[in-house]
Amino acid sequence: MLIKQASALADITPKEVYFNRRNFLRGLGIAGAATVVGERFSSLLSPPTTAFAGTKLTTIKSNYRVDEKISSENDVTHYNNFYEFGSDKGDPAKNAQNFRTSPWVVSVEGEVKTPRKFSMDEILTLAPLEERIYRHRCVERWSIVVPWIGYSLGTVLKLVEPTPKAKYVAFESFYDPKQMPQAKYTGLAYPYVEGLRLDEAMHPLALLCVGMYGETLPNQDGAPVRMVIPWKYGYKSIKSIVKIRLQSSEPPTSWNRQAPNEYGFYSNVNPNVDHPRWSQATERRLGEIFMHKTLMFNGYSDQVASLYSGMDLKKFH
Amino acid sequence: MLLAVRKFLASKWAKVFVFLLSSVPLLLLVWRGFRGDLTANPVEFLQHQTGDWTLRFLIFTLCITPFRKLLNLPELIRFRRMLGLFAFFYVGLHFLTYLGPDQSFNVAGMLKDVAKRPFITVGFAAFVLLIPMAITSTAGWIRRLGGKRWQVLHRSIYICAILGVIHYYWLVKSDIRKPLFYGMLVGILLIWRLAAWFGRPKAPAVAHSVPVRPS
Repeated sequence: MLIKQASALADITPKEVYFNRRNFLRGLGIAGAATVVGERFSSLLSPPTTAFAGTKLTTIKSNYRVDEKISSENDVTHYNNFYEFGSDKGDPAKNAQNFRTSPWVVSVEGEVKTPRKFSMDEILTLAPLEERIYRHRCVERWSIVVPWIGYSLGTVLKLVEPTPKAKYVAFESFYDPKQMPQAKYTGLAYPYVEGLRLDEAMHPLALLCVGMYGETLPNQDGAPVRMVIPWKYGYKSIKSIVKIRLQSSEPPTSWNRQAPNEYGFYSNVNPNVDHPRWSQATERRLGEIFMHKTLMFNGYSDQVASLYSGMDLKKFH
Repeated sequence: MLLAVRKFLASKWAKVFVFLLSSVPLLLLVWRGFRGDLTANPVEFLQHQTGDWTLRFLIFTLCITPFRKLLNLPELIRFRRMLGLFAFFYVGLHFLTYLGPDQSFNVAGMLKDVAKRPFITVGFAAFVLLIPMAITSTAGWIRRLGGKRWQVLHRSIYICAILGVIHYYWLVKSDIRKPLFYGMLVGILLIWRLAAWFGRPKAPAVAHSVPVRPS
């Protein structure tokens, strides 16, 4: 209830004041009296020790930034595919408001020398947080440009030391039918699962993402931690991750399980391989009316094409 | 009470009322457009809204005959043409949002897309099938075609409704509740007609003067 009031306040209150109030509310709950002092003091604790949606994050610049107009934050936070919270684009913003993202633990396990459970505090402090501006292309032919915050997934994977048997990385989303009562109507099996080949997962572009637009992730965008894989269709960028498992075999992936002929394991953005029901040659940027051309690997060919050399991208779509 | 309803249905105000009511979805979209409230993807939103309203008006149109018979309200027939034309109006808008923003008004490109994508093929077929019905919806055309032929032509609304549901069903990725719901309604309305047709009074062998079966 308090949280709800705070977000309603955000519409009409200058950001500084609103953050003070947020911090105040948070102070009541967990962080104790210290954060009550307000924004100035809590920024000293940066990166913050709790991962509530809407907490400011301090970032360093990254070279991974496309020189394109950044999509409106309001669009990116109110037009979501997050089926756990409903299949309509507007559902997640409404239904994820009370999603509990703290405490949060991500288990990294499987074919690794040192399996480990990371708390969100640890994830937020493992490496400097970078702001990266990526194109993001949905299989449904809409696209956005987002300033994500995080660091390469490889940072975490190296830490747990993959064994020689590790060839793939399997991801699993959080699933709680009590908090996500709409999920069962959406035609997907839960928990949502995704996967990458290990070399894809180790690619520096593969981002372990904890924030966007300068703040921690909003619930509807996959709080508190998600993947962003900019050269693949959006559904590969799994949200609200609780498990990362390294393994020797190719893991199942949710959309592939649902319709294998439509959604492949790789799901690289490819204007030359159509979805069975629609062309993938063009896309619509949110905020625009007409379509424009989709780029091979979503414009990241120079960085990632070598991962797939010699592969038939139609067969391994 | 029933008398009052029938009196209203027979009045000219009833048509004005149904016309205004049927325009509300359009007016709401225009209003939301002025307020910049068409979601983050206005084109898709308009496509979905106009598509939804097309299916709904096809279903309203198909409801007229069963309701007329079951409720014993023959006056309902006065609204059938208008509802059918509204279905055509909304599918026209639906088509324009596809031809314009999706296909950049490139007709050749659009036809290629129509031929290649089954879900667009069926949707486009339903749209094309509605055109002759819209054109021949006037009293003059009923006269020119003759009641019998006119009726046969206008039974293609059954096919349009089925194609419309398939079009929707093939579009969605995994949450099939809405297309199934429309499919169920269309199914009930068509099965009622089949039942009515099988259960119709047997025509005496000599006469052709039996009432035409429900359409």
